Amino acid sequence: MARVIVDVMLKPEILDAQGQAIARALPRLGFSGVSAVRQGKRFEVEIDGPADETALSDVRKMAETLLANTVIEDYTVTVES
Amino acid sequence: MSLDTVKRAEETPGERQPYAELGMKVEEYERVREILGRRPTGSELAIYSVMWSEHCSYKSSKVHLRQFGTKAPESAALLVGMGENAGVVDIGDGWAATFKIESHNHPSYVEPHQGAATGVGGIVRDIMSMGARPVAVMDALRFGGADAHDTRRVLPGVVEGISHYGNCLGLPNIGGEVVFDPCYIGNPLVNALCVGLLRKDQIKLAVAPGPGNKVVLFGALTGPDGIGGASVLASATFEDESHAKRPSVQVGDPFMEKLLIECCLELYQADVVVGIQDLGAAGVSCATTELAAKGTGGMNVRLDLVPLRDPSLRPEEILMSESQERMMAVVTPDDIDAFMTICAKWDIPATVIGEVTDGGRLVMTWHGETIVDIPPGTAADEGPVYERPFQEPAGQLALNSDTPKRLARPADLRATLLELLGSPNLASKEWVTSQYDRYVRGNTVLAQPADAGVLRISEAMPGAEETKRGIALATDGNGRYARLDPYAGAQLALAEAYRNVATTGATPLAVTNCLNFGSPEDPEVMWQFAEAVRGLADACKTLGVPVTGGNVSFYNQTGSVPIHPTPVVGVLGVIDDVATRVRSGFTGDGDRIVLLGETEAEFGGSEWAHVAHGHLGGLPPKARLASERDLALVLTTAASQGLLTGSHDLSDGGLAIALTEACLAQGIGCAVSLTGDDAFVELFSESSARALVTVRPESFDTFAKLCATHEVPCYSLGTTGGDSLNVKGVLDIPITELRQTHTATLPGIFG
Repeated sequence: MARVIVDVMLKPEILDAQGQAIARALPRLGFSGVSAVRQGKRFEVEIDGPADETALSDVRKMAETLLANTVIEDYTVTVES
Repeated sequence: MSLDTVKRAEETPGERQPYAELGMKVEEYERVREILGRRPTGSELAIYSVMWSEHCSYKSSKVHLRQFGTKAPESAALLVGMGENAGVVDIGDGWAATFKIESHNHPSYVEPHQGAATGVGGIVRDIMSMGARPVAVMDALRFGGADAHDTRRVLPGVVEGISHYGNCLGLPNIGGEVVFDPCYIGNPLVNALCVGLLRKDQIKLAVAPGPGNKVVLFGALTGPDGIGGASVLASATFEDESHAKRPSVQVGDPFMEKLLIECCLELYQADVVVGIQDLGAAGVSCATTELAAKGTGGMNVRLDLVPLRDPSLRPEEILMSESQERMMAVVTPDDIDAFMTICAKWDIPATVIGEVTDGGRLVMTWHGETIVDIPPGTAADEGPVYERPFQEPAGQLALNSDTPKRLARPADLRATLLELLGSPNLASKEWVTSQYDRYVRGNTVLAQPADAGVLRISEAMPGAEETKRGIALATDGNGRYARLDPYAGAQLALAEAYRNVATTGATPLAVTNCLNFGSPEDPEVMWQFAEAVRGLADACKTLGVPVTGGNVSFYNQTGSVPIHPTPVVGVLGVIDDVATRVRSGFTGDGDRIVLLGETEAEFGGSEWAHVAHGHLGGLPPKARLASERDLALVLTTAASQGLLTGSHDLSDGGLAIALTEACLAQGIGCAVSLTGDDAFVELFSESSARALVTVRPESFDTFAKLCATHEVPCYSLGTTGGDSLNVKGVLDIPITELRQTHTATLPGIFG
């Protein structure tokens, strides 16, 4: 049993309307000193066996095909220790 | 990193410039050098390369599109014609409507959701920039085969993108089309239409007159959106890794657009705008050169004042950025404070980036150094114009000779009807349209699956008269017809949209078009284009409806295989009293069903040939424009006299499909008898200039006289009622079975 984390973020150059909306809301709520916010998605994938290279390669494939839209998003795969 | 200034350009005439990578031909580059008397700076090259692109300059299509002007019929309703952001027509009682259709094909293939969403956003801003409140959208969509693997990626994404952007904006989506054909695999067509309303005296134009007036950029910040091309310039000039890869995908923000709409309307109301333009393709380059060219002739812009989302952007990239939700306005110095206050109220960033001059030059500086100094007209209006060679496609004659006469006719017409009804092109599009909000704003009178969308004009617009009027809109196009005969195909597209509008009781007034074709560099494609434009211009003249604008989308092809030529035509009509609009299909029991128009055996390019035989050959149905005109007159007159209880236009799939859809509209059956002796032809032929109407039995004589007056053939077929479609002696199908067949197809494919 292992938990693999897939973090998906819009590519840095792509407009993040939701992140901007959050950044605009923060000062209204009294938070200062924030210059930008970007929002992403985090997936926690529980796999049956160990997080070996085969399993990670499968998770990467999942990210490519379903979890991330690689035209506009980047993803990273990490194993939770 | 050195800046490519005008001074530097003069000193380094021999520097190699990446014009070819930016899509410019060597002759075009030479012409820029000739105009400027030196080599262009990187920024100037950016401007010329985008402004002289096919997309912005219409360099291949211009010589043909002129016919829309030279052949334009006299129209008292036309207030603003071609050449502005969108056409404007007078719809009476002091009101005007503005509408336009535009393609966003390629972006929707690359990233279906964002591509389609920004397509909606772009056309909405065109309508805003005319001074109008956008009130509805429509989408004409074409995809590869319904069961093709890639269609399952593209279609759901496109539909989601349209519904996301449109629903967030709060604009009803009142109609359009969804068509499948293998020719669109790899080249889906996403054509978005928007219509807006305004007071007749409120029209805004894209002009920048008055030296000393301020140039304001407002809306979203400028980021590296859609500037894949500009990276060539930046990396060639600056050899900087971070500029080497810029996205070609633009992402929109509908909530920002919604604020822009409300902000613009308040700016118009306060009368603080001299000229305005939206930023679409070619962004700041396009807005500055076009505004300046149409104004007093000059403009000074401080490009370093453009507010950025990504501070690393270089001037070339700022000029080419296609960031969404931006507008540019020209404002007098006296009004600038009021303008800024209104923008601040709506939380819209606004920045003065320059001012209008009478110098005849567009001058841009970057931190004090001059990087652009050009006559704006040379970029905006005097781009290259090509008389591209065209010739009839090699296989055209063979295609036209392969008529559907050789096809085996069906023995079982019941089975044929059900087969057609369940085929993707004729099946219910509810799966798509139910994802759109059709009724938001509360002014939708008719929407999909009606023949045309109808809106009542009930806008809270200060100073406007109350009116009972309504507007009707329809889009149509048939790539198979146009493949067989582009001249007739374009006319048939117009005729169908025109007929659809008249079917609701509205009088057709004006036309917009989106011309989707393959590569103009292929003489055979160019022939299709030339023929389609000639056909459309001729038909507009005959029908008395002028083209008010639109767009051309070339290069819709994969390798050397172009899509079917696909002119999509939108028609706008007006109905004097929206309460007299005619509902779609059968609306009550015991009404007389009347077929208007003549039926001949016309199966070239028909749905039957396509579905039953996978055949495309012969000639499309004849375009009967004089008959269309008479038919429309009968429909609108009868509607205004309250004679019609329902109506439906005859098109793809002929009478059989029209009767079926009329039954399905409200679940009311019918019993009809065919008048001739060839049931197959009568049921499935796609002859044009035909419609079904229903009248109360006591009104039939009056209606028949009206038809006789206008020489419109009128056949009484039978009576509405019951729970089946009964064509006496031919077929009898329960409505439940029809509905099951009609609605199961798309959910079966797309889930």
